[in-house]
Amino acid sequence: MTNYLIRRFMGMVVVTFLVLTIAFVLVRLAPGDPAALMLGPDATPQDVMDLRASLGLDQPIFVQYLTFVANAAQGDLGRSLFFDNSVTSVLAARAEPTVFLSLFSLIFALVIATPIGIYAAYRRGSALDQSAVTTAMLAASVPSFLTGLIFQRYLATELGWFPASGYGGPDAGFLDRMWHLVLPSITLGIVNSALILRFTRASMLDILGENYVRTARAKGMSERRVVLRHALKNAGIPIITVVGLTFALLVAGAVVTERVFNLPGLGSLVVNAVLRRDYPVIQGTLIVVAILYVFINLLTDLLYLVIDKRVRY
Amino acid sequence: MNEDTILDVRGLNVRFRGNGRETAALRDVSFSIGRGRTLALVGESGSGKSVTSLALMGLLPPNGRIAAGTLAYRHRDGRVLELTELGEAERRRLRGVQMSMIFQEPMSSLNPLFTIGDQIGEMLFLHESMDAATRRKRTIEMLELVEIPGAARRMDSYPHELSGGMRQRVMIAMAMICKPSLLIADEPTTALDVTIQAQILDLMRQLQKDFGMSILFITHDMGVVAEMADDVAVMYAGGVVEQASVDALFNDTRHPYTKGLLASIPGPWRRRGDRLVPIPGSVPPLASLPPGCAFAPRCGYAEPRCREPVALTRKAPEHLAACILEGVEAP
Ligand SMILES: Nc1ncnc2c1ncn2[C@@H]1O[C@H](COP(=O)(O)OP(=O)(O)O)[C@@H](O)[C@H]1O
Ligand code: SF4
Ligand SMILES: [Mg+2]
Repeated sequence: MTNYLIRRFMGMVVVTFLVLTIAFVLVRLAPGDPAALMLGPDATPQDVMDLRASLGLDQPIFVQYLTFVANAAQGDLGRSLFFDNSVTSVLAARAEPTVFLSLFSLIFALVIATPIGIYAAYRRGSALDQSAVTTAMLAASVPSFLTGLIFQRYLATELGWFPASGYGGPDAGFLDRMWHLVLPSITLGIVNSALILRFTRASMLDILGENYVRTARAKGMSERRVVLRHALKNAGIPIITVVGLTFALLVAGAVVTERVFNLPGLGSLVVNAVLRRDYPVIQGTLIVVAILYVFINLLTDLLYLVIDKRVRY
Repeated sequence: MNEDTILDVRGLNVRFRGNGRETAALRDVSFSIGRGRTLALVGESGSGKSVTSLALMGLLPPNGRIAAGTLAYRHRDGRVLELTELGEAERRRLRGVQMSMIFQEPMSSLNPLFTIGDQIGEMLFLHESMDAATRRKRTIEMLELVEIPGAARRMDSYPHELSGGMRQRVMIAMAMICKPSLLIADEPTTALDVTIQAQILDLMRQLQKDFGMSILFITHDMGVVAEMADDVAVMYAGGVVEQASVDALFNDTRHPYTKGLLASIPGPWRRRGDRLVPIPGSVPPLASLPPGCAFAPRCGYAEPRCREPVALTRKAPEHLAACILEGVEAP
């Protein structure tokens, strides 16, 4: 176990290193000189030269690389070309809406999808099962920006139940900010819940046909206990897997959702950064998301260990 | 129903839905099990043994149903219950307490994510109110009774840490811990190798002596029948074709199918080097059984009148067979 954790930690270090390298190379490959971009069209060649020197861009490429990695290791991801601030501070300032949006939409998806998935599997072929599967298929095929626009139009603008967009302004309190995340979270959660529902249903269907489920029934327990204790725990592993995988979907979805609802999160930050060619910010977001992804993977693997004693790493 | 009978099955018909139609899996199955006795249910694979056991337990899959028949069960308190008339909740209260079941597949019949102790102790949790400490104590005692070495330690093992034989012992412990009066064992040793099989059979006989339960022992192995059974019911294509005491069945065989089964196993009466004589042909698909005797296409004694319905009739006291013949010479 300890060995495993050490190995996983080493693995994470290696992946982080790779991510840093890729981020570094990508930005070097991008067209345009960052110094020239920062200074705009009116800058003189001398200004550009000076800035290049102060950014270290005149150094040999491997020196730049080592500096970059060394700085990143200390949490220094460079300075934004657009904001007068470090990338880390820019990211930190924009993290809150994205983090809570992802969290809420995941919770929404789980709360909606797992019970329905379990019930649909248990009553397979019933009207509820069929409508759940059809709805899930529809929900997964409607792009989330469209769902978002529809929600915005009807639930916010016409009915006025929820704020239509934004994050409540600079003076908004925490609850107000979270209130602004309700519609975006549902929008983003719908796509994920469709996926999780189908996975839950499929894995429950498999498990309900297992011999040990028949044994559980033969022991004289209620159907409720058969399903929620003996079957669900076994279906838990594939469900956790898909939840872990939907994280990637969540990140992609957050970019779109934040645009639609005009949320000042990492999604809109990175979109703007691309438009402004703010390479350090693009780079920083890439690194943070990749590391988060690796971390979530580790988390799901550790959950397997807790649930299933057959799993030995 | 006789005072000494614990279960009496009459005219049991089970049908399965599938592909838009319903097919019969059991056709008028009848047999009875005496108190404290072992009835072996034998027949080739596909003859309906497992379906019979699941119907008794009330555990038929959702596409199966009991279309006709009665299942009279003598409760521990003396009442005779008609199982087919009970609601699901009442059936459930009998399962595990009055009638228990162990299955053919020891490797997959235990839940991989719960410890042995948890799974056996759950029976006590479900059916007997006692605190966790007492449950644990009782579970360890039961594990010792089924001769699992290091019982206290094994409590916390998971099924994958145990061999097939050990897992079947765990299944037996689980089935027996609430002291049921009927144990249904569906080919409990088929998946095990011969030495382990012998040990499990010994254990079951010992437990029967200690607990006094009746056993419905399902097998396709006549050797196991000879070793375990007091009485035998032979099934073919969803029906019982012969029921008798084990002695009568082996020594005064009345049905050609039974004769074929006996001939197809190596027995003590068989000299080394004798060729086994399997029954030629195979069980016909249940959807397309011939009219009259279902065994006719494979039967060496078949006559035109075998195409008329052939009922299970008394050939001798306590000896029933479904054949137009009075008997067949011993194999
Ligand atoms: N779930 C099911 N759906 C449809 N038919 C089934 C099902 N289970 C069993 N049957 C039918 O019942 C017959 C008897 O099966 P089974 O009782 O398992 O035989 P045995 O245990 O004697 O080998 C099978 O041949 C099959 O046609
Ligand atoms: S009834 Fe006829 S076909 Fe059937 S077993 Fe007897 S002799 Fe053979
Ligand atoms: Mg079977």
